[in-house]
Parts: sequence; structure tokens; C-alpha cells
Amino acid sequence: MALIDFANPTRFLKLVDRVLPWLAGATALAFAVALVQVYGAPDDYQQGATVKIMFLHVPAAWLAMFCWALMSIAAIGTLVFRHPLADVAAKTAAPLGAAFTFICLATGSLWGRPMWGAYWVWDARLTSVLVLFIMYLGLLALWRSVDDPSRAGRAAAILTLVGAINLPIIKFSVDWWNTLHQGSSVVRLDGPAIHPSILMPLLTMAVAFTLLFITLHLATMRNEVLRRRVRSLRLLQAQAAPGA
Amino acid sequence: MSLGPHAAYIIAAYGITFGVIAALIAWVVADHRRQRRILADLERRGVTRRSANIRPTPIEGTA
Repeated sequence: MALIDFANPTRFLKLVDRVLPWLAGATALAFAVALVQVYGAPDDYQQGATVKIMFLHVPAAWLAMFCWALMSIAAIGTLVFRHPLADVAAKTAAPLGAAFTFICLATGSLWGRPMWGAYWVWDARLTSVLVLFIMYLGLLALWRSVDDPSRAGRAAAILTLVGAINLPIIKFSVDWWNTLHQGSSVVRLDGPAIHPSILMPLLTMAVAFTLLFITLHLATMRNEVLRRRVRSLRLLQAQAAPGA
Repeated sequence: MSLGPHAAYIIAAYGITFGVIAALIAWVVADHRRQRRILADLERRGVTRRSANIRPTPIEGTA
């Protein structure tokens, strides 16, 4: 079966029903391993035990950005290729992206208070991530305000592609401006600047978060396909009703 | 494992994160059950994906 065959919503539903239990199991296993590694990870020589917040904050931040990047690819699928599942993928990724961005902001704030002495500062990294969160909420509002999913999908796709300009701003904000937020310490040209005893739990947690995102995204896509099916059936029912 | 003087911040961060994740999972599962229930209800009333198969819903008292 070719990949294009999964563009068919019925085939997609069958595939999701088959893989979802395995993905959920793999996610639970990955979180269990990650939490054991986090438990055994040493304290940072400067930040002490608060470094344990990093194991949540960094994967959530990666996913917050990854999710918008995925939505941007889906937006191209909607606008250019009119792929039947593209706007389903974009629509269902938005609440997940908003949730991960919220986790990133909340854990960052709780990490900032003991380290910086403030829950919040208006520096470039924090502000650009807050803008990302507001854009997610805006997209969710747009999806809810337009009744026809295909019209809402096109409008949301344009907004998503415009909003994608925020991704490099978030990524490079710590290089372009003088910020309180620390620079990149994992994805660097000269290799990670974190000791392996802290890097390993971080990477395992990132895998667990990514598996969680894939599992939830496939599940929400399945829900959305069913929701659209319900909508079509109700329209057919209304057309068939006497006097329609 | 000692979380040091900032234990409250660490516990709050883990609490919020796993609370949000639990809420997401509960929402996804509840939404799935709701859509399946509505679909089953529509199919029980004869509304299927083929328009030719549509039987108008019997009006109470006339069926």
C-alpha cells in the first residue's frame, strides 16, 4: 500500500485503530524510562535540583515549535495540494501545540523564579514564545468561528504560514538580542554543551514527549475525521427530511 | 532524592505538566467516545454515508 492511500480517510481510520495501542504503549514505556533517568540525574553545579525542570521545559519548547512547523507543512498541503487530511492534521495539531507551549511557558516561569528572581521578564525568547501561544489561541478561535471546515481550513492555513515567521525568531532570539534566557546548549555546531548524565534523561524525555505528541495527534485526527463524518450525515439527514 | 530549597517549584512544574497531559488524554478519549456514540445513533436511525440509503427519521406517533 502506497503512502498516498492513507489520504483516504477510511483507510486512515483503519491504520490509526491498528497503530494507536502500540504507540500509546511505547509512549508510556518511554515516559517510565525517562522518569527513572530523571530521578537518577545529578543536580547541576550552579542550578542545583531545579535543573530537573529542564527535562520538561526543553521538550515542551521543542514540541511547541515542531507543532507549528508541522501545521505549516499541512497548510501547504491544504492550499497547494488540497490533500483531504491536510487541514484535519493542521486543525488537530493546534490544541496540542497550545498545550505544549503552555507547559513550556509555565515550567519556564517556575524555573525562572528561583534562578532569575522573577517569574517573567519581557526578553526576546520569552516574548516570542508568548506570541506563539497567542497565535495558537487565535488559530483555535478561527477554527471555531467558521462553520464550514474547508473554508476555515484555507483561512487557518494562510494564518499558519504567516505565523511561521515566528519560528526562526524564537530559535535565534537568544543570538540576535541580549536576553536573560540561556543560549542553545543541545543543538549546536560544536556539539551539546551538557554533561551526558543530564543530556541522556533530556533526550529520553524528548523522545517520550514526541511519542506522546504523535499518539495524541493521530487520536485527535481520528476524532476530527469522525466529527466531519457526523457533520456530513447530519447535512444528508437535513436534506432528506420532509419539506427540505 | 533531595530537591533542595526550591522543591516547591520543581513539584509544581511536574504537577502542571502531568496535569495538562492528563487533561489532554481525557479530552481526546471523551471526544472519541462522543463521536462514536453520535455516529452509532445516526446509523441506528438509518442515516448512512450513502444518500440513497437515507430513511427519514420516523416522527414520533406516526411510525
